[in-house]
Amino acid sequence: MEPFKTIKSIATPLDKVNVDTDQIMPKQFLKLVQKTGFGQYLFYDWRFTTDGIPKEDFILNNPKYRGSKILLTRDNFGCGSSREHAAWALLDYGFVVVIATSFADIFYNNCFKNGILPIRLDMKKIESLFKTNSEIEVNLKNQTITIPNETISFDIESHRKKTLLEALDDISVTSQYEDKISQFEKSQLYPNSSFF
Amino acid sequence: MPKTLFEKIWDSHVVVEQKNGPTLLYVDRHLVHEVTSPQAFDGLRINKRKVRRPDLTFATMDHNVPTSDRSLPIIDQISARQIQVLEKNCKDFDIQLFDINSPNQGIVHVIGPELGITLPGTTIVCGDSHTSTHGAFGALAFGIGTSDVEHVLATQCIWMEKPKTFEIKIEGKRKNKHAITAKDIILSIIRHIGTAGGAGTVIEYSGETISDLTMEQRMTICNMSIEGGARAGLIAPDEKTFAYLKGRKYIPKNYDELVDYWSENLKSDSGAHFDKIFTLHVDTLSPQVSWGTNPAMTTDVTSIVPFPEEYAKGNQDEEKAANKALQYMDLKPGTPITDILIDRVFIGSCTNSRLEDLIEASKIVKGKKVSPKVRAMIVPGSQLVKKQAEELGLDKIFKEANFEWRESGCSMCLGMNPDILAAGERCASTSNRNFEGRQGAGGRTHLVSPVMAAAAALAGHFVDVRELDLN
Repeated sequence: MEPFKTIKSIATPLDKVNVDTDQIMPKQFLKLVQKTGFGQYLFYDWRFTTDGIPKEDFILNNPKYRGSKILLTRDNFGCGSSREHAAWALLDYGFVVVIATSFADIFYNNCFKNGILPIRLDMKKIESLFKTNSEIEVNLKNQTITIPNETISFDIESHRKKTLLEALDDISVTSQYEDKISQFEKSQLYPNSSFF
Repeated sequence: MPKTLFEKIWDSHVVVEQKNGPTLLYVDRHLVHEVTSPQAFDGLRINKRKVRRPDLTFATMDHNVPTSDRSLPIIDQISARQIQVLEKNCKDFDIQLFDINSPNQGIVHVIGPELGITLPGTTIVCGDSHTSTHGAFGALAFGIGTSDVEHVLATQCIWMEKPKTFEIKIEGKRKNKHAITAKDIILSIIRHIGTAGGAGTVIEYSGETISDLTMEQRMTICNMSIEGGARAGLIAPDEKTFAYLKGRKYIPKNYDELVDYWSENLKSDSGAHFDKIFTLHVDTLSPQVSWGTNPAMTTDVTSIVPFPEEYAKGNQDEEKAANKALQYMDLKPGTPITDILIDRVFIGSCTNSRLEDLIEASKIVKGKKVSPKVRAMIVPGSQLVKKQAEELGLDKIFKEANFEWRESGCSMCLGMNPDILAAGERCASTSNRNFEGRQGAGGRTHLVSPVMAAAAALAGHFVDVRELDLN
């Protein structure tokens, strides 16, 4: 994972609610045993016909959004399956920021594990982004999104911000608490150690 | 201060608490399957890490395994590879694996409880969103992504922000317990609260109807908590819970002592605060059928395919979504639900593939035939369910009616194995998600209970099972 840098890009508008992870990453591609190479399958059933030909009316196939690093969408993005393949596919395709009114919990969590910044904004701010037709800038350090003539601020949990800016590895962080974990395992606070 | 059941389980698993930031929680049980784990084991290898508690980790293969003859090799080489990789990972890291030939193989959320791996008051995680199922036993159980699978393998802990609490009370008496099932209850709840209604919360289901439900029915309810946006669903354990688990393979030696502890401690205190409350009355509940492309797009079997503007109640995004759903589902508003013709029937999945589900479905099917226009399959949730069903002769009832009787696995719930819908095919399914393409690209899914699916298989269209004799 790379430390999160300021992103400047046009935002790809995916004007839908409740986009589930089955759409982001259809199941026929979940059989790979690595984390890379999923970008080509992102939104596969929406992007391609059954013969594998790009569907012209799907937003990702619009040349204007080629190379876009920001996905703009609506309520409850990433609902359904816990498959982290959805986050891997977005990242592999090139998206490092997803902006929506809300996210499903597991998907939201999965984003941070992979260096993707999910931003929650209220409906009014989302609408102004949907109307923006040019490049926008996402600055995590300042928690701002800059569009022509306007700077929008966003909230993010401070520890999650730190995780992205410093590209922290969760397991290394947890390892610092090894003594606490061992202590918990030895404690009889809860009858867990007697299970076996 | 009075505490909720969730808070009690949470508090008893805190390893590290921080002022501003997530809590490090201890994980009592980690369930692993072939699809969301390979990258996690790779991560361990790259960083030269071990599995901290192989004794608390259990694996099976369920998502992509074929449900045809197990003595034949797996034709799909990529699926076969994923299965081999799990075998190797479990061997290398010394993890108990219920492999494809094990008598204990099955859907991870079916075998956890039936093997007694799932226990009240524990924390359970799995790289699968339907881990919420185990909450039926009063366990705090939730789905995690692959990075967290790796984290739990390495540390036996998980970082988590404390969710809010949501009490869903289910009150009243069902007029016909065979026709109005747990599936109808949970579909109706999701229909009311929406697919994000439980986001950021852990749901506790309570009320007289919950007490009345069997353990398998409670699992169906908790299973679909995620479809209402909640990561976990909980039901306080009671005598039914303890009786269900007693004598199961992996329960602790001091089980009876634990039951005393659980009976005393594992319930929400009276006066405990919930952040959100919803009450469902089941007295007038009808069998439910989904018509759209998310589980909240559901209606009564006696009703019609809704008009998008009425469904959306002024929400333009929802109206647009409903229009798109109807287009995908090839349905016209105003069509009676019972006029919808189906091509396929799937009885299975971690929602509805347990013994009681099959018994109830068999009552509808006995002595009858599947409509010649319909292909219908039964996929028991586990090898144990299959065996028990065969001992009761259910396989014969289904086969004589022209149902396919298959081996256990996730099967057509998500269509990662050869069990998929062809584009345009319409399926009455006992699974949990009716998302576009979920059961096969272009396939159309209607979520229903096992009895509704069985009745639809015979008639070739949806029927109100209350009109049938189910006793």
